[in-house]
Amino acid sequence: MPTLAESQAAFARALTDPSAPAPDDIQRPGGDASDTPQTKRFDVYRNNVIVTAIDALGDTFPAVRTLVGDDFFRATARVYLEQAPMHSPLLFRYGETFGAFLDAFPPASRVPYLGDVARLEFARLQAYHAADAEPLSIAVLGEIPPETVADTRLKVHPSASLLRSRFPVVSLWGASSGLLSSVDVDMNRAEDALTVRPGLDVNTRILPPGGAAFLAALMEDRTLGEAAALGAEADADFDLSAHLAGVFETGIFIEAIPSRSGFPSP
Amino acid sequence: MRDKIPIEPMAIEPMAPDLPAGRIAPDIPARAGVGLKAQHYGDILDSRPDIGWFEIHAENYMGDGGPPHHYLSRIREIYPLSLHGVGLSIGAARPLDQEHLARLKAVNDRYAPGLFSEHLAWSTHDTSYYPDLLPVPYTEETLERVADHIDCVQETMGRRMLLENPSTYVAFETSTMSELDFLTRLTKRTGCGLLLDVNNVFVSATNQDYSPEAYIDGFPLDAVGEIHLAGHAVDRDETGATLLIDAHDREVADPVWALYERVIARTGPVPTLIEWDANVPDWATLLAEARAAEAILAKGECPQADRSSETPLAYAG
Repeated sequence: MPTLAESQAAFARALTDPSAPAPDDIQRPGGDASDTPQTKRFDVYRNNVIVTAIDALGDTFPAVRTLVGDDFFRATARVYLEQAPMHSPLLFRYGETFGAFLDAFPPASRVPYLGDVARLEFARLQAYHAADAEPLSIAVLGEIPPETVADTRLKVHPSASLLRSRFPVVSLWGASSGLLSSVDVDMNRAEDALTVRPGLDVNTRILPPGGAAFLAALMEDRTLGEAAALGAEADADFDLSAHLAGVFETGIFIEAIPSRSGFPSP
Repeated sequence: MRDKIPIEPMAIEPMAPDLPAGRIAPDIPARAGVGLKAQHYGDILDSRPDIGWFEIHAENYMGDGGPPHHYLSRIREIYPLSLHGVGLSIGAARPLDQEHLARLKAVNDRYAPGLFSEHLAWSTHDTSYYPDLLPVPYTEETLERVADHIDCVQETMGRRMLLENPSTYVAFETSTMSELDFLTRLTKRTGCGLLLDVNNVFVSATNQDYSPEAYIDGFPLDAVGEIHLAGHAVDRDETGATLLIDAHDREVADPVWALYERVIARTGPVPTLIEWDANVPDWATLLAEARAAEAILAKGECPQADRSSETPLAYAG
């Protein structure tokens, strides 16, 4: 008699290999010793495991599904499931690598932006489940001694993420989610997406030129001064006060951390 | 019949201004409840329906924050809550996932649910998670393993758990005892209670050619702290035999209602959940199913004392 571990190892192997026979230790229900194959009954488990995982991906990536159609999506999800099996019972964490998978998936090569749309959808779902925190108002900067503002660091909301895309990722996502018309999508435009959930609603904004460089630096714990320099490097017309007002307005910052030395930098 | 473990007082979050100062309902009443679905949060908070309680799938509330916790906290201020885990893999040969158990404990500590349940099933092997409730052979080895896992869960959570009877599509040649014996011995060994899923009884009994009535009559009903009712799909296997699938995607079937009446006639009212997890209907349809269960629960208030009609235990596995 196989041990429980051996039985489950065989069951698991048969579960993930559709060409494999059902495990040896299962019988026709009711104890019938007939040799009738048990494929259909065992297939209920195979089917449940695959369909639940594919449905979970469909729930996480509705815009990708809309862009490629349900049949293509399900076939794609099935290949992904083979390459990236689930490891956690938290279904909303599954699919982190789906964007990278789509980038390299030959059947999807005619929709090269699909991977970035998937990344944006995954980021939005993680923002939905992220920890809560109270956003700061830009007024906080007025409370900092002016000579130390440049050395201040701004802590970002746990839900915040930045996606830099060479495609109009936010517009494509918006069009496939029914939020805007697809005629508004300019395929020649690259979009940087900021996603944050300051309250109950997950918001995604397109950042203006220089905005992603500026924000990425702040998210990497650089000072405001360093971030502004990187923003200006990325965009010659970088207007610090306009960018600050814009990003504060998204509710992305939750804490202003004064200069570590307590003194302005030379 | 009810969970007797005392409930820790729960930290009450600041209430939204439009909510009356309510109390945290500490326990699950012997009424009908429904599974809480995100698409119904608004309906529930707006209309405050007269429903006994809600049950959540623990895994849906294992994120750090956001709307799931926001809405659940508000609903928890108004209604009793039951916590139902689907991913702990208690029937696995491998050790319990301590990270997952810690997450489960965190949800339990935060929401102080009146009941907590998990499944007699496994979902994990090596590093993989299979999103389904897979069956176990009923052997001494499995009994030891599952009992150890239940001990660990009850110690970690600091409370009694209910274990749910499975719906099965295959049986194991290696089983050496019936499911009823297996469940009865588990309750004695661990002190756990049972969640009697009446639809699972009907699905398994049909799939495995035994009498669901006899199974119910042999069930250790004294250990039952909660009942589940759900809809199933009907299929056929290669031989043309009926194959029922535990789909949770439609109304409860008539023979399942009949079995449920048989249970309630013997137990009296027990907290009863309508499970509807796929093709989730509108709120009114879900509420109507709960009302149908409450009509049967009401009959159980004065259970018929006539037990002479009980079928002797015929199911021997």
